[in-house]
Amino acid sequence: MTLTEKILARHAGRNRVAPGDNIWIDVDILMTHDVCGPPTIDIFKREFGEDARVWDRDKVVVMPDHYIFTNNHHANRNIEVLRDFAQAQKLPHFYDVGTERYKGVCHIGLAEEGFNRPGSVLIGTDSHTCTSGAFGLFSTGVGNTDAALIMGTGRIWVKVPETMRFVFEGSLPPYLMAKDLILAVIGDIGCDGATYRAMEFDGEAVYDLSMQERMTLTNMAIEAGGKNGIIAPDEKTLAYVRARTEAPFEAVYGNPDARYRAEYTYDVSTMEPVVAKPHRPDNKATVSEVAGTRLDRAYVGSCTGGKLEDFEATARVLNGREVRIDTYIVPATTEVERAMHATIVDGESIYSIFEQAGCRIGPSSCAACLGGPSDTFGRTHGNEVVISTTNRNFPGRMGSKQASVYLASPLTVAASALTGVITDPRDVMEDVRRRGEVNENPFQRKP
Amino acid sequence: MKETIRGLAYVVGDAVDTDQIIPAEHLVYSLKKPEERRLYGRYAMSGIPTNGQGLPRGGQPFTEPDAYKSPYTIIIAGGNFGCGSSREHAPFALREAGAEAVVAESFARIFYRNAVDGGFVVPFESTVRLIDRIRTGDKLELDTSSARLTNLTTGEEYMLHPLGEVADILKAGNVFEYARRAGLIAT
Repeated sequence: MTLTEKILARHAGRNRVAPGDNIWIDVDILMTHDVCGPPTIDIFKREFGEDARVWDRDKVVVMPDHYIFTNNHHANRNIEVLRDFAQAQKLPHFYDVGTERYKGVCHIGLAEEGFNRPGSVLIGTDSHTCTSGAFGLFSTGVGNTDAALIMGTGRIWVKVPETMRFVFEGSLPPYLMAKDLILAVIGDIGCDGATYRAMEFDGEAVYDLSMQERMTLTNMAIEAGGKNGIIAPDEKTLAYVRARTEAPFEAVYGNPDARYRAEYTYDVSTMEPVVAKPHRPDNKATVSEVAGTRLDRAYVGSCTGGKLEDFEATARVLNGREVRIDTYIVPATTEVERAMHATIVDGESIYSIFEQAGCRIGPSSCAACLGGPSDTFGRTHGNEVVISTTNRNFPGRMGSKQASVYLASPLTVAASALTGVITDPRDVMEDVRRRGEVNENPFQRKP
Repeated sequence: MKETIRGLAYVVGDAVDTDQIIPAEHLVYSLKKPEERRLYGRYAMSGIPTNGQGLPRGGQPFTEPDAYKSPYTIIIAGGNFGCGSSREHAPFALREAGAEAVVAESFARIFYRNAVDGGFVVPFESTVRLIDRIRTGDKLELDTSSARLTNLTTGEEYMLHPLGEVADILKAGNVFEYARRAGLIAT
């Protein structure tokens, strides 16, 4: 069995499962947020009763993150719905807005708070729940109805997916990031290339990546239609998890005789920085093919590209220079935001590099990645051309149907922010060029 | 699930994602309160760029700007319908507007699952590319048990892929009723 099959079999109480089997599995963590939490709660009460209790309050995580810093009264009302429910159910894992506990983007918050435990099953009411699979667990996004069923019973039915294996070999050049790798995969297999399937990432280049960078790979599995993205745990995984939770877990690994639907192999040392052109994540082009395209805005943020290392990469390019276009910076979580103050890049804090470069820095949340209410920080309202570290560029995704969004790595977005046109990071990063000579990627050796 | 679904066709292209089905700014309304939930019908499919609204002509909104209900009952779509976010608001919005079925070349997984588990719209996969053969406004008849789609306007008939095992959930109404009948959750 593959890693995904083994985790599902264990959670179904079976020795074996095969792709295509419909099984009921036990859920270890259910996560919800302010957009899908309130309707999930409505369905839970409708089906299980007004005074019903959740199946296990220690396993329910509520992280409001979507529409937080807005005057939209419906959005504000939804936070109150979560607050009332968390209080009535005495939920210990509620990260309330306006308190010290507030996190921001749930997928990054789940990692930081130690909920991503190898070998487990984590279900969330958000398509990017697949992010958690970077820690060697089965994680996938569901709708409100499925989440309400889990809330009442702790169980969900799943069809066991076939697994596609993506092997990255070689040493990652300093001008590439995990975002380039996953955009290349999505471009190669298409937005529905992994529909109903698990995407397993493997190979020395994957294990060289930090946990934050691995999360970028699994995060975008959904952009190829994947049910889940997954990476087998290694020492980096275990060290990250043990530093953040005392909860027990058991790492699971696929069998050597596991059968895969398909296998793709990439030599990362020969890959190029890439973008997804408007209006689909699989509309791939190399940066050199679209270099010079005029831009109105740059955006660095979201569960995909709003982690500390995404800002480190951005800061290394922007340090000591000024951006030529509106550049929005949105740390995924409050922990990332604090670390932006504390982390020094070439003698300056990341936060101050951004301030001096003329960036606009917003508070932690999903913000304009998905448009949102009209007063959302960084949201498009016209025919802006945007280059962004986020995950989707379908029409209207960042707010305006007339806007055009290019998806790219933080390095490419930062390089483009400096010039106002799509720019290869190699063109503006002398220090990166220098490091390139010794073939050393600063992200690879991080825990 | 009805045995026969009749009504007008609304034709859209490929990769209509959930942001186009219901733009994220509208996800704030209650799905329960009647005065708010009807707004999902008003804004259903409003994220599709104008030239893609109601093929082949375009420029035909699914729901008129001042209305809460759509005149269209059966959506005909290209590949990967409902890709993108996991928002159940998407199949919910289609149902709230009055749609009863979506016939697509293929579906994104979460949309398909939400459509079935919530019992919102019946999702059929076509065996041929119907968006080139059916026009917005054609009168259609969908026989759900035989998986047969008839275009009453042109007289053409199409066999669709059968629903398979999800038919049991759709017949039960939603996944809760299905699970109760199967003894998987207490009644």
